[in-house]
Amino acid sequence: MASIDIESVGKVYTGNVRAVTDINLAIKDGEFIVLVGPSGCGKSTLLRMLAGLETISEGAVKIGARVVNQVEPADRDIAMVFQNYALYPHMTVRQNLEYGLKNRKTPKAEIDARVAEAARMLEITQYLDRKPRALSGGQRQRVAMGRAIVRKPSVFLFDEPLSNLDAKLRVSMRGEIKRLQRRLGTTSIYVTHDQLEAMTLADRLVVLNGGKIEQVGSPLEVYHTPASTFVASFIGSPAMNLVKAECQGDKLVIGPAMISLNGYAPTSGAVTVGMRAEDLRVVTGDKGMPFAVEYVEELGSQRLVHGVVGDQSLTIALSGETEIPANMRIDIDPAKLHFFAQADGKRISAADRSGAAADAPSPAPVA
Amino acid sequence: MMDTKRTTFQNKWLPYVLLAPQLFITLIFFIWPAGQAVKSSFEREDPFGFSTVFVGLQHYARLMQDPNYLDSFLRTAVFAVAVTVISMLLGLLFAVAVDRLMRSARVYTTLLVWPYAVAPVVAGVLWFFLFNSSTGILPYYLSFFGIKWDHNLNGTHAMILIIIAAAWKQISYNFLFFLAGLQSVPHTLMEAAAIDGSGPIKRFFDISLPLLSPTTFFLFIVNVNYTMFDTFSIVDATTNGGPAQSTNILVYKVYQDGYLGLNLGSSSAQSVLLMLIVIVLIFVQFRFVERRVQY
Amino acid sequence: MVENRPFLTFLTHAFLLCGFVVVAFPVYVAIIASTHDAQTLMSTTMPLLPGSHFIENYRTIFTSASAANGLPAYPLMAMNSMIMAIVITIGKIVISILSAFAIVYFRFRFRQLAFWIIFITLMLPVEVRIMPTYKIVADLGMLNSWAGLIIPLVASATATFLFRQFFMTVPEEMMEAARVDGAGPMKFFKDILLPLSRTNIAALCVILFIYGWVQYLWPMLVTTDPSYYTLMMGMKRMVAVQDGEVQWNLVMAASVLAMLPPVAIVIFMQRLFIRGLTETEK
Repeated sequence: MASIDIESVGKVYTGNVRAVTDINLAIKDGEFIVLVGPSGCGKSTLLRMLAGLETISEGAVKIGARVVNQVEPADRDIAMVFQNYALYPHMTVRQNLEYGLKNRKTPKAEIDARVAEAARMLEITQYLDRKPRALSGGQRQRVAMGRAIVRKPSVFLFDEPLSNLDAKLRVSMRGEIKRLQRRLGTTSIYVTHDQLEAMTLADRLVVLNGGKIEQVGSPLEVYHTPASTFVASFIGSPAMNLVKAECQGDKLVIGPAMISLNGYAPTSGAVTVGMRAEDLRVVTGDKGMPFAVEYVEELGSQRLVHGVVGDQSLTIALSGETEIPANMRIDIDPAKLHFFAQADGKRISAADRSGAAADAPSPAPVA
Repeated sequence: MMDTKRTTFQNKWLPYVLLAPQLFITLIFFIWPAGQAVKSSFEREDPFGFSTVFVGLQHYARLMQDPNYLDSFLRTAVFAVAVTVISMLLGLLFAVAVDRLMRSARVYTTLLVWPYAVAPVVAGVLWFFLFNSSTGILPYYLSFFGIKWDHNLNGTHAMILIIIAAAWKQISYNFLFFLAGLQSVPHTLMEAAAIDGSGPIKRFFDISLPLLSPTTFFLFIVNVNYTMFDTFSIVDATTNGGPAQSTNILVYKVYQDGYLGLNLGSSSAQSVLLMLIVIVLIFVQFRFVERRVQY
Repeated sequence: MVENRPFLTFLTHAFLLCGFVVVAFPVYVAIIASTHDAQTLMSTTMPLLPGSHFIENYRTIFTSASAANGLPAYPLMAMNSMIMAIVITIGKIVISILSAFAIVYFRFRFRQLAFWIIFITLMLPVEVRIMPTYKIVADLGMLNSWAGLIIPLVASATATFLFRQFFMTVPEEMMEAARVDGAGPMKFFKDILLPLSRTNIAALCVILFIYGWVQYLWPMLVTTDPSYYTLMMGMKRMVAVQDGEVQWNLVMAASVLAMLPPVAIVIFMQRLFIRGLTETEK
């Protein structure tokens, strides 16, 4: 078990191509960290620097108390699960699991015991004498996990391990990874581009964009108080509605519509306002904003209503049974509005909303 | 062409050790001799090898004025084109035929590939025997047509002999590449054309042949390369360049002038010219391989 | 086949069978000739049916024919051919796979240069640098030696490129996983890369064995000592007898024997052969 300290880490490839910039992160022992972001955001590069598969151009990485910048991957006390599993195709499952241990000159009896234990844990005992090509995708994934587990490393590194599985298997393997990590208590760093996977697995999320950290926080923190429009639009499905608006005193003007802020105005002037689809409500009378429906997506438990307020697109999540009136008007609790500066997309948390960040996480009305 | 893996092993000396055998052999037995050839093509050695003088392009100038050499050039061209065309055409015909058959394709492939494995010398000897003027079986048949075959005296006959021997050996190679090319033509394309009402022959000319053009071009270069260099032993086993220089192709002439005639300067200049030809051929081939990727 | 046209199919079969007959004809004649005595071949038109001297001719090849032509014993020449083919095959594969490994899995100074040096060998076939190469081998005292016969032939750009191409298709993660598993470069090479290359090595073996077996010019240049003669050189000597008639029945028997090993390999390892041939020429 080990903590990890990432201090001012950056990566510059030959030709001055910068992939990662000034990453600072302290990971506690046993924590499950998910690095999430769109492709090309530097998440895999960061993980591979931790693994020792990429050299660290700037800063330092400490695993436990030791700076590992110059340490070979095999000596960093880590294990890695690769996206395509990288099982050795000419070796049986057992040989795949044993390989790392044999290279470490682990005693035979110990190897056998560890392989048996890992195989039992992952329910792959009956496949131990098969070659990887005789296994299904899910089984190969388990073998890849097994190869990491038998090593009993201080840190697990996962590089998009589920992205080659079909949707259903992905959900069940996700649960299994989480359960396994809880049981072993091993510090884990997991890379994914799938925000749902990130939300469900992480103790803490690290949202990356353009090689920089956008936000670090628990899944709910990130969901309820996104630090920027990028995070707001990346985390959560459907994506948070972001509209251009203007704060005029205690009023928020969105195109032709206007809603009262009830003292929640954090600033004045032009802002980007974020609204979660499930926070928007249908209202009657002439309150709220006029909403012109364009089309409806039926998800069964939810109806996603797409439309416009003025010339800005919005999506509203309604429960499955809600009627959609002819002239629809929508409104939102001003406490659930997210304000972002238009210039840099950063969150505006006003001084007058004392403790807003602390009390903000209120359970989402519809899930 | 120059990529490595995304991550590489960090080791200061190991890659040099791994490459050393290949590089040593290449430097000592390929590059150094080639350099020597270039050097001595500009020099003249006195008959006892005591001294050499720099003579510039003299050897080259002589070659360009030497009717024997120009003649050899021409003969090589005839030989190369004839062998290439004959062996490619037959290879293509066989490939098209085999491609039409499903179940027996493998059997026919087996029946047609083995000549590749016959050594050029042996191929030369076999055809030499078949065409042998006194006892051979083919001159016997040819005599019915009023042809008096004698490749020991008749230069044209000798040229035909080496062309047939060289082409015979190369058919299987062309056949295999054409077959691979044909088998990679998407089946749906053929079916679509059939639905559009084109018969097998029309389909071949409208679809297969255009799609085979990269293979054809590639094979053309490879075959020219083969006839220019790998046919040395066929010539040596059959005609020895004769009669009267009629089959003295360029590679054979380098050998005759240099190894047997000991005319080092001229032989070196010939070597250098041959190298230039290979370089052009290889260059065209690789340029083309890069282009082929886009097809 | 897209549609069923029985007549066209019939024609196809007929064409291919004719083709086979024509292609196989020289070899058929060689086999027939090897069953007759020299007298028959000399005096009449070549018969097309087997004669009765099959065993006698081949026995002569193995026993007295060599000495009569001033050649070393046949088994020795066959052995020389075999040694030459096998050692060249192994040498080329070892040298090429190591070079390709260095070029693909390491980044180092002069990597580009090394690559080009290897590439250049494609442009310098023995035939065009006969004299100077002969001179080098002579200066190094390697004439009439196995080293002189084999070493200059074991550099191989095509085999190197084949392995390079194959290594590039091995998933990146294979090497990364091995590194995380604590395997150094040579351990990775031995435990992972070599087993993965098995099929390619086998395919290349077929091609290279044939290459080594049919070598002619080079052995002829560097060996004057008959104890290094290979079958190919023996063949040539038997045809090029200075005076007297060529004993065609024996020459043909020798030809058949010389064809046998590589042709058998191509026929019985057809798949590997085709793979090796089409892959090396890319």
